[in-house]
Amino acid sequence: MTEKTAESSRLKTITLKVNQKEYTVDVEPRMLLSDVLRDELRLTGTHVGCEHGVCGACTIMMDGRPVRSCLVFGVQADQADIVTVEGLESQDGELHPLQNGFWEKHGLQCGFCTPGMLMTACHLLEHNPDPSREEIREAISGNLCRCTGYQGIVDAVEYAAKEMRERAE
Amino acid sequence: MKPAAFDYYRPETLDEVLSLLDEFGYDAKILAGGQSLIPMMNMRLARPPVLIDINGVPGMTGIEVGDSEIVIGGLTRHYMVEHSAEIRDSCPMLAEGIKLIGHSQIRSRGTIGGSIVHADPTAELPVMLTALGGKVTVVSSEDERELTPEELFLTYMTTTIEPNEIVKSVHFPVIAERTGHAIEEFTLRSGDFAIIIAAASVTLDEEGLIESATLCIGGVDGVPVKLDDVTDELIGQAPSDELFAESCAPIVDMVEPEKDIHASVEYRKDLCVALSRRVLKKAADEAKLV
Repeated sequence: MTEKTAESSRLKTITLKVNQKEYTVDVEPRMLLSDVLRDELRLTGTHVGCEHGVCGACTIMMDGRPVRSCLVFGVQADQADIVTVEGLESQDGELHPLQNGFWEKHGLQCGFCTPGMLMTACHLLEHNPDPSREEIREAISGNLCRCTGYQGIVDAVEYAAKEMRERAE
Repeated sequence: MKPAAFDYYRPETLDEVLSLLDEFGYDAKILAGGQSLIPMMNMRLARPPVLIDINGVPGMTGIEVGDSEIVIGGLTRHYMVEHSAEIRDSCPMLAEGIKLIGHSQIRSRGTIGGSIVHADPTAELPVMLTALGGKVTVVSSEDERELTPEELFLTYMTTTIEPNEIVKSVHFPVIAERTGHAIEEFTLRSGDFAIIIAAASVTLDEEGLIESATLCIGGVDGVPVKLDDVTDELIGQAPSDELFAESCAPIVDMVEPEKDIHASVEYRKDLCVALSRRVLKKAADEAKLV
């Protein structure tokens, strides 16, 4: 083994906050954040589909913004504040209005794209509490549903938006 | 783990970045937003031996709007430009065009400098930089130089930036008086790579006649193509649908797009004409309003 490969396989220690909980893990620099979450932290709610930034299944919130976790190296998430789909429900186990919406409006079929859809929609509703159907479609355009269940997904986001507005009043 | 192994450096100052570039040269790739680089690494189309992650370098992020020039730090992320009210007022094309980049998840991480040096001729930023006559400032440990789009873009995914240089900032002119901007692209799906992209800027004189205009098309060559022959014809004329239809018709013979699985050469040429007409008209309409 050359000196260079020895250097590159050296593990780096990172500390990150995921769903309010702090973790310290040793990762190889080439390990993607999606793999750190799933394989090191066993948070398998974040799905990996295409692994090159097209499908959106691995979307998480990183420092308050929606990010594709397959397009960030784990080492880059050192000191970051991350929310995954596991962080959506409340401490006492009550589902997030978006999760309820997906349940009520048949927003999921096989469920593979659902975590990414939920995280993307979550960011949309934080910034736009009353989106039009067009705005919902635009927001989720970076998330592919191979069951083509978009109608139900848009209904679900609309449902959740209404629910959240009513709660806020 | 999809990417091949690499050495990872996370310098904390620009000087450190530059000395690492001096040390590793062609072996090193800069990691800014990573939204083009990491997909290439995940598919092993790129296997850089060394990655220099500049995300911890201070002073490379920010938007400064002056009287005549907008200076955007190379590490500024797309969403910051997208949500900047100052950019919307001072450079409407930039505000519009940024929204067309990928999806919100991509715009969260992707950077202005990274997108420009990636030099995809169908990407929004290279086309906007060319249409607006912007500039890029690159630095090395020895030198700092400014490059126009014509000096910067060489061909597909290739620039004249040396392996020991990095983009420090990107400069766009503040929109002039009685000027309108427009950008449009044709994509197969929202947020996808554009098949053809067109951007135009039109300035009217006090009588409402066209004083100057620029038109730039992406997707027909290895670099964004400026069509000065088309816009020179417009000077001194009153903007109208007929004028733009007539002046854009010869574009079919000026551009040489290639065909691929998505569209034929003829279809791409038609798109060039249609989008050019549309952006020129839209830019002229905008110019009338200001």
